[in-house]
Parts: sequence; structure tokens; C-alpha cells
Amino acid sequence: MPVIEIKELTKTYNETVVPVHALNGVNLSFEKGEFTAIVGPSGCGKTTLLNMMGGLDHPSSGQVIIAQEDITKMDTSHLVDFRLRNIGFIFQSYNLIPVLTVRENIQFIMELQGRSKKEIDERVHYLLDAMGLSDKINVRPKYLSGGQQQRVAVARAMASKPKFILADEPTANLDSKSTETLLNLMANLNEKEEVTFIFSTHDQRVMDKAKRIVTLEDGKVMNDSNSGVLHETA
Amino acid sequence: MKQLSKLAWRNLWRNRRRTLITLASVLMAVILAIAIRSFQKGVYGNMISNAVSFSTGYIQVHTKGYWNDQTINNSFEAGRQVQQALNNTPDISLSVPRLESFALASSGQHTKGVEVMGIDPAKEQEMNGLGKKIVRGKYISNSDGQGILVGDGLAKYLHLSLGDTLVLLGQGYHGTTAAGQYRIAGIFHYPLDQLNNMLVYLSLPDARSLMAAPNRLTSFSLMLKNPDDIDKVTTSLQHTLDSTWEVLQWPVMNKTLMQEIEGDNAGGIIMLGILYIVVAFGVFGTILMMTMERKKEFAVMIAIGMHRIKLITVVILETIFIGLLGILSGAVLVFPVVLYLHIHPLALTGAAAETYQQFGIEPLLPTSVDPRIFLSQGITVLCIALISALYPLWYINKFKLAETLKQ
Ligand SMILES: Nc1ncnc2c1ncn2[C@@H]1O[C@H](COP(=O)(O)OP(=O)(O)O)[C@@H](O)[C@H]1O
Ligand SMILES: [Mg+2]
Repeated sequence: MPVIEIKELTKTYNETVVPVHALNGVNLSFEKGEFTAIVGPSGCGKTTLLNMMGGLDHPSSGQVIIAQEDITKMDTSHLVDFRLRNIGFIFQSYNLIPVLTVRENIQFIMELQGRSKKEIDERVHYLLDAMGLSDKINVRPKYLSGGQQQRVAVARAMASKPKFILADEPTANLDSKSTETLLNLMANLNEKEEVTFIFSTHDQRVMDKAKRIVTLEDGKVMNDSNSGVLHETA
Repeated sequence: MKQLSKLAWRNLWRNRRRTLITLASVLMAVILAIAIRSFQKGVYGNMISNAVSFSTGYIQVHTKGYWNDQTINNSFEAGRQVQQALNNTPDISLSVPRLESFALASSGQHTKGVEVMGIDPAKEQEMNGLGKKIVRGKYISNSDGQGILVGDGLAKYLHLSLGDTLVLLGQGYHGTTAAGQYRIAGIFHYPLDQLNNMLVYLSLPDARSLMAAPNRLTSFSLMLKNPDDIDKVTTSLQHTLDSTWEVLQWPVMNKTLMQEIEGDNAGGIIMLGILYIVVAFGVFGTILMMTMERKKEFAVMIAIGMHRIKLITVVILETIFIGLLGILSGAVLVFPVVLYLHIHPLALTGAAAETYQQFGIEPLLPTSVDPRIFLSQGITVLCIALISALYPLWYINKFKLAETLKQ
């Protein structure tokens, strides 16, 4: 059974003024343990698609079904709880909470979930160890490099044990070395723990690491490597 | 909540300078507001206690209708019911009986209308130090044949000196004729001409026989242990005494003083209003900036699963922290000053001092250290701070998640 199922999804911005059709009937499904890149030129609708999948914005029509629930029908307050329990987010510009230390940034989401102190402590240490950042545990984000901050962001996204993690251009602000480190860590987590990652990118090296590539163009799925189309055109 | 308080507290110190400037503006406003209030309340308290002790007391008890029709026929019998009611009210520090009426005073060729006040001299002395106002002759005591006390203005007008005789002629109780002649026992001087020219004092027994009103009084003037209890005492007396009595407070009986205080008070309130506006703008600007520059941060927190209401709580906590820090430090700084000026009041000099003295008020500007001033200013400033945060809070509740994340 898929983790996410997207049916006939459309999103039109500025409906009343100058309509922008950002998504035009997208159908996709993602299974547990995927490591998938959403690719395509700037403006093709990657961010819009990820926002719909993450319940951050409402589509114009269509369905996004996660754990048998159509999240497009949920009200905003339920969506907050749903995101907290089911979805991990990684952002392009890291977006850690600057007044909190690395440990507190990771704890934060687990505290929102109401997990026990013991569980939180264990998981913080486990995740920082996995990210190779154990020595930065009490440091505030501004003292970390971009690559380190983004690793903390991955740890934060993992902390809540989500069903899947969405990352909108997670490496766009990173140099190639940091990009590689980050992707290897993510790939590792995906291999060992079956963490599902869905990320957008237009970086070829990032695409190369992906197990599946979905190509968008003008708000439509042009290619999906799962259906073998990519190989034909490549 | 701990998590939210931690966030709020740390956010406050993110821009240390801005927070300190905002704190300083709250602090200054609180200091000024408390100082203004404390001076006003202190001076009013002083004016009131002086003024009421020379006239009506804080509260007076009469027969119903006396205040609007002040005649001897509206006097009352000083019976057990009223005595007991007064004795059983522990907040009353002194109850001063009086029997007042009008009469013509004449001596030789000269005649003048006077207000005759029958008093219990010891109690009157306790209330307003009347004995100390005697400039010639002696004070009287509470028995008959005591002679009369007249003001120096009246004495001059009637060409009277100590030991001379003054004739009083007026209406007694229930239409009797009141007539008597009295030896001048003492001449007093009040700072107010009005009193000097028309007031004469007799002992209660003498006044009662003059007016053919044995055992009667026109009023009890009450002094209070704590002037703040005035409403409590009034209500309790109205409750104990039946509807044939009236219990009036000084503002009803001394409208001039009340209006003067209200006028001055209004001026003070305007000053406070200006201070509050300063606080409001300071807090508004800071909280608004703190919110706007964290827009994206807020959006991220909501995205990862934080309810907006929690973010709103964080900003409310930030506002409360700023408010409380400013208020507490302001109160702590201003308290010693106010206390010092309470114990060593500033003295007025020159014309202002004379005006005060003419009204029988000590020319001092004592401050009040009433904790309610601190409390009410604190609460007001905190409320203003919170109201100033309404717009940022509204914004947090409304901003668009996906759009803000993109920025
Ligand atoms: N809030 C918005 N209002 C209007 N148009 C938007 C908005 N967000 C995105 N768009 C438009 O929708 C299209 C898809 O945008 P986006 O999903 O950000 O693409 P990508 O992430 O692939 O660059 C673009 O044409 C973009 O200009
Ligand atoms: Mg994008």
C-alpha cells in the first residue's frame, strides 16, 4: 500500500486575477522506503507539489491520501497535528530555530509530540551520532556551517518518526562537498531504516543518488523512472 | 508551557539593545505614572483630611432631610439607637455631636446674623484642634454657663472684647423664641474670613437651652480610622439606621473641594494618558518588529507541527516579560523616592502656601504610598502592553503558511 497517493491534483494560483496553473492533474504514488527526486525546470511546480503533499497549502482540486486519509479535506488545525505525527520537513535554507541549541531544535518537535524525556534524550543522541554532530549538541545554529545546519535539520525531520520526509531543494544552498555528505547520510538512513525521502532538486549529482526520478513540466508529470519512461527518453 | 516560556525569554534577548530600549521606556513611564499618582493621591488625602476635619468630617449623620433644609426643626434626639449604631462601628475613630442654628447677634448698636454651633469642646478639639485657634481668652468645656467663643472678625465688627456680653436672638426648636446673653469667653482666629465673621461656639448644654432643644442635635460628624473605608462605613450605617436618618459623605456636603480635586485629577489623568501612549507605541513597535522579522521562523514551526495558538502564547509571554520587567524595575526604583517624600513631604512656599493656609490646609505636598497606586499602574501598563500586541497576534493568526515559507 502506498504511503502517499496523489489523484488528479491541480493548483491554480491567483484564480480571480491572472490564473497560474501550477499543477495540472498530477497522479503519483509513493511507497515506503522510497528515495525519490522530483525534478524539472524552475517554475514547473515542484514546490507547489511538495506543499500539497505536506499539507502546507490547499489544492484547487484532487486528493492527497496519506494513511488512508485525504488531507485536502482536513481543516488547518487538524492538519497541524497530522503534520506533527506523520510528516518530516527539510527546507532549502535550513530554518532551524536560532534561539535554540542543536539539542533543543531536535527536542522541540518531540516535545510537541509529548514524548517522554527519556525517549527524547535517547533519540537526540542517536540522531546526532548518525549525523556526525555529537560534539555540537549544545551549540546554537549560527555557529554551524550550512552543511552542519542542514544535517541538524535532517535530524529534526527524523526526530518525530514521520511516515516520510519532504525536502524542497535541500542542497540548493550547499557546496558540493556538503551536498555529498548530506546525501550520503540521507541515503544511508534510507537504506538502513527505510526512511522515505521525497526531495526536489535540479542538481544533477543529487538526481544521480535518487532511486526514482519524477520529472515535472508545466505542472504535469512528464517522466517517472518507475514507469520506465525516463530510460526511453534518456 | 516551559518550552514556550524558554522560547519567549530567549527571543527577548535576541536583539538586546532594542529590548533594553523598550524596557527603559516602560520603566520611565511607570516611574512617572506612579510618581504623579502618588503625589496627587497624597495631596488630595491631605486636602481632604484637613478640609473635612474643619467642617463636616468624612461622614455626617442627620435626620432625613436636614441637609436640604437646615433648620433646628430637623434636629434629632440624641437617643440610644444612633449612639449605639455609631459605637458599634469600629472604623469610626471619632463621632462629634453638633447642634447648629442661625441667630442674630447684637451688642450695643450693632447686629449681625451668625451661625451658632453647639459643640462638645473636647471632641471638637480632638477633631480639628479648635482650642489652639483661640487667640484671646480661653477655650470652653462641655457644661452650662461657659460663655461664648467668637471669631476675631465678628468681635471687631461688633466692637467686642473679652468679658463683654453678646446677645443672641433667634428661633428655637418648634417655634419657640431663642434668646440669651453670653459672656465672651474666647476669641478665635480661622484662616478663612467667612468663618471668622459669622461663626460662634457655645457648649452643647448652653446651645440646647438657648434653642429649647434639650438632648437634641443636628448632626454627628464622623472621622474615620482609614478614610478609604468611607463607603463601607456609610453602607453599614445606612443599614443599621432606619429610613428616618440620612448618612452623607463629604463630597456631597463639600462640593467645592470635590470639584477642585476632580479638576486637578483630570489634569493628572491626561498626563498619565500621554505616558500610556508612549508605552503603547514602544511595545507595539518592538513586538511588531519581533514578529515580522520572525515570520519565516514562525511559518517553519507551524509547518513542522506547532499550533498557531502556541506561537501566539509565545508572543504574549514576550509582551508580559517586557511589561513585567519594566513595571517591576520601575516600581522598585520609584518606591524609595515616594517613601522618602511621604515621610519628608515637600513644603510649598510663597503664594501657593498662603492659599493652602487660607483653606486651613497645611502647605505640604505629601506623597501617598498606597500599594494600590503601584498595583493599578502596574496592571494598567501591562494591559496597555498586551493591547499593543494585539495586531502582531492577529497577524500570527492570519499569515499564509506556504507563501511565507517561500520567502
Ligand atoms: N503564491 C503564488 N502565487 C502565484 N503564483 C505562484 C505562487 N507560487 C508559485 N506560483 C507560480 O506557480 C508556478 C509553480 O511554482 P513553484 O511550485 O514554486 O515551482 P518550482 O518550485 O518548480 O520552481 C510558477 O509559475 C510560479 O510562478
Ligand atoms: Mg521551488
